Amino acid sequence: MRLRAHPFIALAAGLGLAACATTPASDTQTQTATPFASTYRPAPSVPTLIRGATVFDGEGGEFANADVLMQDGRISAVGANLAAPEGAAIIDGAGRFVTPGIIDAHSHLGVYPSPSINATSDGNEMTQPNTAEVWAEHSVWPQDPGFLRAVAGGITTLHILPGSGNLFGGRGVTLRPVLEAVTVQEMKFPGAPQSLKMACGENPARVYGGRNTSPATGMGNVAVYRQAWANAQRYARRLERAENGEGDPPDRDLELETMAGVLNGDIRLQWHCYRADEMANAIEISHEFGFEIAAFHHAVESYKIADLLREEGICSAMWADWWGFKIEAYDGIRENIPFVHEAGACAIVHSDSEVGIQRLNQEAAKAMADGNRAGLDITRAEAWTWLSRNPARALGIEEETGTLTPGRRADVVVWSGDPLSSYAVAERVYMDGALIYERGADRDPPSDFELGQTYTERAQ
Amino acid sequence: MRMLSALVMAFAIATPALAETVLIRDGRVVTNGAAGIIENGDVLIVDGRISAVGANIAAPRGARVVEARGAFVTPGAFAAMSELGLSEISGSGAPNDADMDSDLVAAAADSSAAFNPTVTAVAVTRLEGVTRAAIAPSSTSSMFGGRGALVSLGGEPDSVFRSNAFMIVELGETGANRVGGSRAAVWPAFEAALRDAREYPSRYRSGQGGAVLNEIDAQALQPFARGQGLFLVHAESAADIRRIIRYQRANPSLRFAIHGAAEAWQVADELAAARIPVIIDPLSNLPDRFERLSARLDNAALLHAAGVTIAIAPAPGTVDAHQARLALQLAGNAVANGLPWNAAFAAISRTPAEIFGVGGQLGRLERNYLADVVIWDGDPLQVTSAPTAVFIDGVEQPLVSRQTRLRDRYNPTRNR
Repeated sequence: MRLRAHPFIALAAGLGLAACATTPASDTQTQTATPFASTYRPAPSVPTLIRGATVFDGEGGEFANADVLMQDGRISAVGANLAAPEGAAIIDGAGRFVTPGIIDAHSHLGVYPSPSINATSDGNEMTQPNTAEVWAEHSVWPQDPGFLRAVAGGITTLHILPGSGNLFGGRGVTLRPVLEAVTVQEMKFPGAPQSLKMACGENPARVYGGRNTSPATGMGNVAVYRQAWANAQRYARRLERAENGEGDPPDRDLELETMAGVLNGDIRLQWHCYRADEMANAIEISHEFGFEIAAFHHAVESYKIADLLREEGICSAMWADWWGFKIEAYDGIRENIPFVHEAGACAIVHSDSEVGIQRLNQEAAKAMADGNRAGLDITRAEAWTWLSRNPARALGIEEETGTLTPGRRADVVVWSGDPLSSYAVAERVYMDGALIYERGADRDPPSDFELGQTYTERAQ
Repeated sequence: MRMLSALVMAFAIATPALAETVLIRDGRVVTNGAAGIIENGDVLIVDGRISAVGANIAAPRGARVVEARGAFVTPGAFAAMSELGLSEISGSGAPNDADMDSDLVAAAADSSAAFNPTVTAVAVTRLEGVTRAAIAPSSTSSMFGGRGALVSLGGEPDSVFRSNAFMIVELGETGANRVGGSRAAVWPAFEAALRDAREYPSRYRSGQGGAVLNEIDAQALQPFARGQGLFLVHAESAADIRRIIRYQRANPSLRFAIHGAAEAWQVADELAAARIPVIIDPLSNLPDRFERLSARLDNAALLHAAGVTIAIAPAPGTVDAHQARLALQLAGNAVANGLPWNAAFAAISRTPAEIFGVGGQLGRLERNYLADVVIWDGDPLQVTSAPTAVFIDGVEQPLVSRQTRLRDRYNPTRNR
């Protein structure tokens, strides 16, 4: 693992970037509020004991006939013959499977919601190649009916990213699918770091080259990245000097503020990149300017550089089998995910799709089976790490969720059968120990958009 | 009948020279026919066709015997709608015969002239158990998408086994956009086009010309307008589907199938009565368009229960050139949402063949059917399963593609 950042840009831990950068020098000591802070509150819950299920713990372990106990919103225990606390809800797990909730590291729910019309296509600020200043959360429409469908597929956390039309697309946000939320702040995962979305390859070059502006080529992409990071370094340096009482802070610049946040480690970099050679170039840039890449997204050719990705500690967020829709996706193979896993690198199954997010378990199942047909020996519980622990790691929330380790948030799915299958469905979904979805339950649609539509009224 | 003889001739041409006699023994044989699923069944392939299906079939002299050992043995899957073979790469400015945005040719566009059996997606799709496909490009300018073709995935030069197989028509939201933005214009435009086609060539020779169609489109549309071909209509909403049912009732000689049909569950009984088949996407459950606000996961199950003939394929707008193989996953998800397994498997094999008029030759494991046969390592509708052998016209196909070659080059176990 390489060093994380140059010493001159390391800022005081725990002090939010916005607070450092935004306030007049005289107010620096008192201004600590972060704008758009999470107002998420877990739904009410009772202690819940799931008895006698097959359990994947999210760390790669599988336990037959095991119990899972949730208390006070947290995982309390996983084991055999657990005692039910007083007043606990008891769920019969016989024949059922219990897993950590699925975490999608790449979603555009809310920013490209249903219905999809011009006015709701809010995910790509394609007005200049660097829009690091925009935040995806400011485009999220909490009423997107896609959130309910995602929960029905076992999703308990999802990372919403801007699109990939720009080299620097803006900040991504980690959300809880709070189906009753009216504001996006109610959905924000408490304490989760934001991300910066960057994009390699064809998309930005097509968008801006098509306008006869830079970047028009792969080399143009890299030149614009590097100049932008050089500018961000200068900005971060001035911030740090001001912190140390050496002169005034720079005028606030929202674009550079985001990038300085990556340089100091507060903001995690999620980089859309398909090709192995372009990922290698991206890694060079990260070394040159001293920042970490949390994950490459789409990463269709990660299998070609799996060892490099392991050495760099960079996750790959991948599809099971998408390929061929453009030339940079031409070398997609069904064994990408298992080959990355086999190399000891961090493999993630992501959706990038309002349809795919509803059944990421099936995508993991495909990848596992194809890897095993190619000679690997991946268990279904190991495959589950691609759906919860590894995305939690890429998003910087692995201490909070992603496994059934006692003390973690009780984000739990009860499946009707083996979830690495076409046929299993999520029967019950718990978030922070609260039952947020029950298959077949008769209730009003949580999205205001769907309430009172002819078909939802008729369904009742 | 002219079309029938053309069909017979096409099949005659396709009869493979290399077909061997093969006995597949002791499989879980999904016949898709009256015999249902035969446990411990055998399938005998002779000269590219199914010669016998049943228990304890004796191996003819010289036959190669393939032991299925209880594995699923099924008809090949039939992609009910695809752009397979119409492009190597869809985007990136690469040549893409699936995209058509000129109004020079619309109804006359001929998929069979664009199909390329050597694109890598054909082999990629074939080794997932798909042996046939209905293909059509997507038009972005006219309400007519052109003439679809039926193709084999054998990769041979003569892979198109039926051209002029169906005519794509947009009669929903997309159709409205093609005729100026309003559904108010869709049906008058469609009816005028049919009149132009029926009156071809006289009104063109007289110099009157077409009301809405140019001469080449009128010529291509004529057999369909006379009830000699299938209109494959893109429509999603219950209201649009009702209009199609009404129109078909008033014009009983015309033949329709509906692709999309996300809200078809609301008009299931009417569709069953009208005997209009639908091609639906079992994953379509989002109100992503106003024409499919009521899309739901059990659409397939509800339609099947009402007696509607259903096939399964990606929804209009998501049909592509590379992922026709996902039809099996789509069908598995229909099962997860209430569709019986047999109906789901039929919806990606027998039913497409029937909708496109080749149900007497393809889609079943019965005597004299073309020998498109797949042996699986598990339940074919399970995402974890894959074929262990694929036969097309009785010829065993190599389970090799550009993707498996890349896999083998980068396989981490290759030097162990």
